Amino acid sequence: MFLSDSDLQAIWLTVRLASIVTAILLLVGTPIAWWLARTRSKWKGPIGAVVALPLVLPPSVLGFYLLLAMGPHGPVGYLTRELGIGPLPFTFWGLVLASVFYSLPFMVQPVQNAFEAIGDRPLEVAATLRAAPMDAFFSVALPLALPGFLTAAILTFAHTVGEFGVVLMIGGNIPGVTRVASVQIYDHVEALEYAQAHRLAAVMLMFSFLVLLALYAWRPNPKKAG
Amino acid sequence: MSFIKTLLAACFLLSTSAAHAGKITVAAAADLKFAMDEIVATFKKSNAGEEVEVIYGSSGKFHTQIQEGAPYDLYFSADIDFPRELVKKGLAASEVKPYAFGRIVLWSATLDATKMNLTSLADPKIARIAIANPKHAPYGKRAEEALRAAGMWDKVEPKLVYGENIAATAQFVQTGNAQIGIIALSLALNPELANKGGYWLIPDSLHEPLEQGYIITKRAENNPLAKRFADYMSSKPARAVMTRYGFVLPGENLKK
Repeated sequence: MFLSDSDLQAIWLTVRLASIVTAILLLVGTPIAWWLARTRSKWKGPIGAVVALPLVLPPSVLGFYLLLAMGPHGPVGYLTRELGIGPLPFTFWGLVLASVFYSLPFMVQPVQNAFEAIGDRPLEVAATLRAAPMDAFFSVALPLALPGFLTAAILTFAHTVGEFGVVLMIGGNIPGVTRVASVQIYDHVEALEYAQAHRLAAVMLMFSFLVLLALYAWRPNPKKAG
Repeated sequence: MSFIKTLLAACFLLSTSAAHAGKITVAAAADLKFAMDEIVATFKKSNAGEEVEVIYGSSGKFHTQIQEGAPYDLYFSADIDFPRELVKKGLAASEVKPYAFGRIVLWSATLDATKMNLTSLADPKIARIAIANPKHAPYGKRAEEALRAAGMWDKVEPKLVYGENIAATAQFVQTGNAQIGIIALSLALNPELANKGGYWLIPDSLHEPLEQGYIITKRAENNPLAKRFADYMSSKPARAVMTRYGFVLPGENLKK
């Protein structure tokens, strides 16, 4: 077999994590992107900056804060204990929560750009046709912004697959629960298992290339479209 | 044009650093974190102007990095086999010198570990137990051996979380995310950790000895400062610091 069982387990876990995070961010990120695209509020700047923070922050900063926040003495840890969920660090759902923060800008920004590109006019036209705001959103804005959504979903998925630092800090490296492919490769290298590291690394490389290839090949060429 | 000139000048300025009398970079196993800081501080007192930079991490990682040409002048490993292997590969400029034996302890920030032993880990109140990754961290290997020797491995394995190195493992416990962990005695004796909770020394009959050794790397062959720092490790002040952090020194009785 080309990949060992534990490597396959790590890949499957990574795919599961990235899919769930992408689904959650489609639900959570869309309203944020919509608000950022449409609002004239003075909060637009600060909120936009907060959304973009994971682009700039080292994963170690995010991992450190999340470890403290989700720990038994942190606010999130307190909340999950009160709700009877139990502590989140070292669990799959802890990784999901961390990844939602970590990948937030990759969902929000492309969708926000797509919403902004629509402009006011199509929505005003929808309003004159007596479409309620929600109706206008679902039947006008969403279809027009579909390319933005696709870009955002692919980027979010790929970025979550590429997550490493945060997982290392809050994951605890449990097989099948938090040991994702990037961590598995790191372990192989540290244990001098270069052959295994090579195989898994090659899979990651191919995957990343194909994702980006799909993204660029699919994206319509503006010159031709014009 | 002037913008490009400014940019180039800035690159140049940022790429040159101030000249020093001498400089060494030490790669040290994470269990040395606090002890080595003190040793370097006292070394610098008698060697003014010399620069000693210490990088802490997992012994296995440094071992890999040195083979790939990492710029470390000295390598202190928590497992003496790693530097031995580097000597065999011709990557060392010295013999492997044993400098200490490490010990492992049960340590908790929230529970009183002094009254515990390895069988206490089966307690359902303990949900998470942190150990270093046995795959490549020497302290993790010994923790696994001890748990297996005590017949506890199968019972506790579902509760285990793995730190990347022994300091990361201690941090899982310190933040309370794992209720208890198996860490290095040298870390448990550090004031920052010793103030919280207590520790229980795991009998060294349960695991192979954690013999630790260092080498001067090939790269530092002609660096007199590296040699001087290596010699300083066997000096009285350095040995005193190591003893204070719970290390058993070469030549001392292991069963203290």
